[in-house]
Amino acid sequence: MTAELISEVAGTDDVGASNYVNQGTAFHGDWLDGIRINKSAVERRASTLGSRRSVKKDAQIAFMLKAISCIDLTTLAGDDTPGRVKRLCAKARNPVRPDIMKAFGVGGIGLTTGAVCVYHEMVETAVKALEGSGVPVAAVSTGFPAGLAPMETRIEEIKRSVRAGAREIDIVVTRAHVLTGNWEALYDEVKAFKEACGSAHMKAILATGEHGNLTQVGKASMVAMMAGADFIKTSTGMEGVNATLPVSFVMIRQIRDFYERTGIKVGYKPAGGIRKAKDAVTYLVMMKEELGRAWLEPELFRFGASGLLGDLERQLEYHAVGGYSAAYRHPVG
Amino acid sequence: MTVAEKLASMDYAPALESRAKANAWLIGHDQRLGLFINGEWVQPEGADVMASYAPSTGEKLADITVARQEDVDAAISAARKAQSKWAALGGHGRARFLYAIARLLQKHSRIMAVLESLDNGKPIRESRDLDIPLAARHFYHHAGWAQLMDENYPDYEAVGVAGQVIPWNFPLLMLAWKVAPALAAGNTVVLKPAEFTSLTALKFAELAEEAGLPKGVLNIVTGAGDVGAMVVNGDVDKVAFTGSTDVGKIIRRACAGTSKKLTLELGGKSPYIVFEDADIDSAIEGLVDAIWFNQGQVCCAGSRLLVQEGIAERFIEKLKARMSQLRVGDSLDKCIDIGALVDQVQKERIEDLIEAGKAEGATVWQPSCAMPGEGVFMAPTLVTDVGMDNTLLREEIFGPVLTTITFRTQQEAVTLANNTRYGLAASVWSESLSRALEVAPALKAGVVWVNGTNMFDGAVGFGGYRESGFGREGGHEGMLAYMKPKYEAALKPAKVIEAPEDITMPKAGSGLGVDRTAKQYVGGKQARPDGGDSLAVADHKGNFAGTVADGNYKDIRNAVEAAAGAAGWAATTSHLKAQILYYIAENLGYRADEFASKLQKITGATAKAASTEVEASIDRLFAAAAYADKFEGRVHEPPMRGVALAMNEPVGILGIVCADDQPLLGFVTLMSHAIAMGNVTVILPSERFPTFATDFYQILETSDLPGGVVNILTGKHSAMLPALAKHLAVDGLWHFGSADDAKMVEHEAAENMKRTWLSYGKVYDWLDKKTLSSRMILEKAIEVKNIWVPYGDQNTKSGSY
Repeated sequence: MTAELISEVAGTDDVGASNYVNQGTAFHGDWLDGIRINKSAVERRASTLGSRRSVKKDAQIAFMLKAISCIDLTTLAGDDTPGRVKRLCAKARNPVRPDIMKAFGVGGIGLTTGAVCVYHEMVETAVKALEGSGVPVAAVSTGFPAGLAPMETRIEEIKRSVRAGAREIDIVVTRAHVLTGNWEALYDEVKAFKEACGSAHMKAILATGEHGNLTQVGKASMVAMMAGADFIKTSTGMEGVNATLPVSFVMIRQIRDFYERTGIKVGYKPAGGIRKAKDAVTYLVMMKEELGRAWLEPELFRFGASGLLGDLERQLEYHAVGGYSAAYRHPVG
Repeated sequence: MTVAEKLASMDYAPALESRAKANAWLIGHDQRLGLFINGEWVQPEGADVMASYAPSTGEKLADITVARQEDVDAAISAARKAQSKWAALGGHGRARFLYAIARLLQKHSRIMAVLESLDNGKPIRESRDLDIPLAARHFYHHAGWAQLMDENYPDYEAVGVAGQVIPWNFPLLMLAWKVAPALAAGNTVVLKPAEFTSLTALKFAELAEEAGLPKGVLNIVTGAGDVGAMVVNGDVDKVAFTGSTDVGKIIRRACAGTSKKLTLELGGKSPYIVFEDADIDSAIEGLVDAIWFNQGQVCCAGSRLLVQEGIAERFIEKLKARMSQLRVGDSLDKCIDIGALVDQVQKERIEDLIEAGKAEGATVWQPSCAMPGEGVFMAPTLVTDVGMDNTLLREEIFGPVLTTITFRTQQEAVTLANNTRYGLAASVWSESLSRALEVAPALKAGVVWVNGTNMFDGAVGFGGYRESGFGREGGHEGMLAYMKPKYEAALKPAKVIEAPEDITMPKAGSGLGVDRTAKQYVGGKQARPDGGDSLAVADHKGNFAGTVADGNYKDIRNAVEAAAGAAGWAATTSHLKAQILYYIAENLGYRADEFASKLQKITGATAKAASTEVEASIDRLFAAAAYADKFEGRVHEPPMRGVALAMNEPVGILGIVCADDQPLLGFVTLMSHAIAMGNVTVILPSERFPTFATDFYQILETSDLPGGVVNILTGKHSAMLPALAKHLAVDGLWHFGSADDAKMVEHEAAENMKRTWLSYGKVYDWLDKKTLSSRMILEKAIEVKNIWVPYGDQNTKSGSY
């Protein structure tokens, strides 16, 4: 790390602190120059990851419990109501049936999901419903999902959600900046969002399914981190293509590069399309292999998912009782 | 460890593949396995046994029968007896068997994978996901070749009995690479697996039984290297060997003079070139597949990392971080990257090499990864701070050891990459396709992977340049290695045209016109022979017919140097090559009458025969010209998003030794086809009738042929041929002459693995365009290089999730 850089990221010396805050850096165009992604090679890595690291038995149980602790339990629908959100929050507090937790000897760990993720309108309801649980509320913001509302509106939306109690803000970026390679504009935009977030954690949704190629995904990831994103996140869940392993490899390798350059740990949130326990375990393996143990905690890793929890619960019950479960045996969120 | 503790540590746990079925199979055989000869399992009385161990655990898996000479002989004679019927079964008949074998391999894929990993020590992931599926794929692909042989290769037939000796690094896959094409083409097989790893070959023989393969078509004899030698030296028609270059040379010398067809897939020290414009993280991940695949015990392992200087420091740092994540463990653990080395002997060999490298100044680094307590394990190893002379950068290590060096420019990368006796494979990492596709053809390697490594497919030929051996396995080229042209069987012994004891020399300047002594033709210039001597040559009656330069080994040296200087010929456009060949034909046409009457006078040919030979020479020149831009490579479509470009590359510097019959036509045919493919040549024309070639250089001089592409040396072959055969810069040698000379050539050619085409004293009738077709000749004038080019950039939903 150069001296200049160190001073630039001063205040982040306490790498490893529990509140990973990315103050960002200046815009470094040269950090983007070396980013070239070979799609076929990344796909090869992605396709053998699961078969290189078979996670079985107790390790598998641990990985699945860990996955639950990293879920941003999400509802983002036009027909969301306070009642629906309260039900979701109850699920976030107690994601797995107590008898199952007890069977694994982890009844006392107070397992919750990583957060509950809602639209601004539902933030207050969720905050109230989660009071005392320690589960933060995340709000999708900035004209989610397309992000094409006027800038003032998007900034204001962040501020209101923060005022309403959201401790995490999921912002969306302007895809046009990515598609036209206007990286400075992207930097300015994300930086402005970050300022509006104040002390709230900011997750930058890149909407990778709408990027032209993986090289753009890589560059957009790096720009978002330079601009202060605490997490980079794949998708809104609304794009045609959501989180994929190849896209994830590209993004987390940029997280690694950013960490190597600045000493700042940025989190990763794949969102959309991850529905199976097996997939969740594979994602955790990927984080462990590419970034290390530190990135297996909700502070640095989240799943944006709504359906995943159900499959994890059923698989856990299988491990607890030795037989396959049925969905109706688990409380719905 | 409790779940709570696991949750805190988030460590992996061993995930062992079940070995129940493999154990049941071993116990079902009382851990005592026999030989498979003529469709029977035999454990001959008095035959020794050798134990086969699991290198991961050290446990004994089974006793393997050591075949004796009489057992090998019995296997070969069973194969011989079965061969004609197997060939006569026809393509479709054989295709059905190969298809059945492919299906059976899939149906028994798990036990095969477990046996392979137990016996060899490789991770179960690799045997399950690569070795076994690729072996099955090879049989499917070759079931297709069997089906299509009659239609695609009407002028070829099976070679006969194939003796095959395979290595321990990919036991079943190497068996598939050997057995599938052999059987497809109608050969029968005697195969010897490596002594460390016989199990899957024996299990495979059971599958062949299950498929109903006729008795004697496949025979498996087990034992150590001496049993391999019995197979090689036995009454077989074809020898195929995969293994070390040293043993390959021994085999080639042993086969010299026997007219056994030979293919050798030998060692390598393959370069892995990373340019500054590469996808760095992917290039690092590629190294995991290049050098830590199968513990680095891979002939085509990317063991020499050449990285561009500007990115080297960061690259090595990232590489070390990646290496620290590699897991070493039990071969049946589904949660590891690196298994066990095949045997303690191999580990000691590797460690000795590392010590030698260290003594020469190398820095050796290993991550502090957890190592299993038992078994033959070795941590991934990185070697830096070496010069090109370091043992670890030059020698094949055959272990998990990567040696690295930097380069400045693309040109330097190519120079360093080619600075080796080997030439098996290479990887090129660059996001510039312009660069990668310029580098790939410049590399001396039979296989080049662009932005990838260790990709294999039954449809894509695999094999080396230089001392990595010759012949290809897979695809069209691979089939050619198991067939012979039908004309070979019909070749008759050449009649020796005796030279007179003495030739009465006329007095210079007396009645024969101005004295004319032909010189050597070297580097596009007429050159006096190095020895300063000339040689009188006689016509068919023994009368004086002229004087030519009397060449010796130094002329060979000069000519090869001149040829090397003309290597740029390969890169000229095929259109230009064709134009020059047409021009040569045109100029020969002008002098057709002169050549014809000289043929009459000197060889005693009738007027008609002489004129026919000249016209046929022009015809051959036209054919070579025509093919210059038509004998092209293939584009393979292996099962991936990408292509493999099979490029026909020239062999390089080609020595051509011509026979005495058809002294003009033989010379013109071989020369024209050689240069049409971009080779540069050193030609010894007919020793008895050399003046047609010396007259011919005047035609070459007036036909715009660049100097050095064709070099012509006259004189006694005995004074020049050994030097040509021994010359290490000569890449190939075509010899049309006596069987004794052929044996010498083959023997000497072993040192640098020259590609040879030998007549063994048989006469080739170059007028016969049908059987000695241009294509047949051109196949000898090329090396096939397969360049794998995976592609894809657009962001679409990928197959994995």
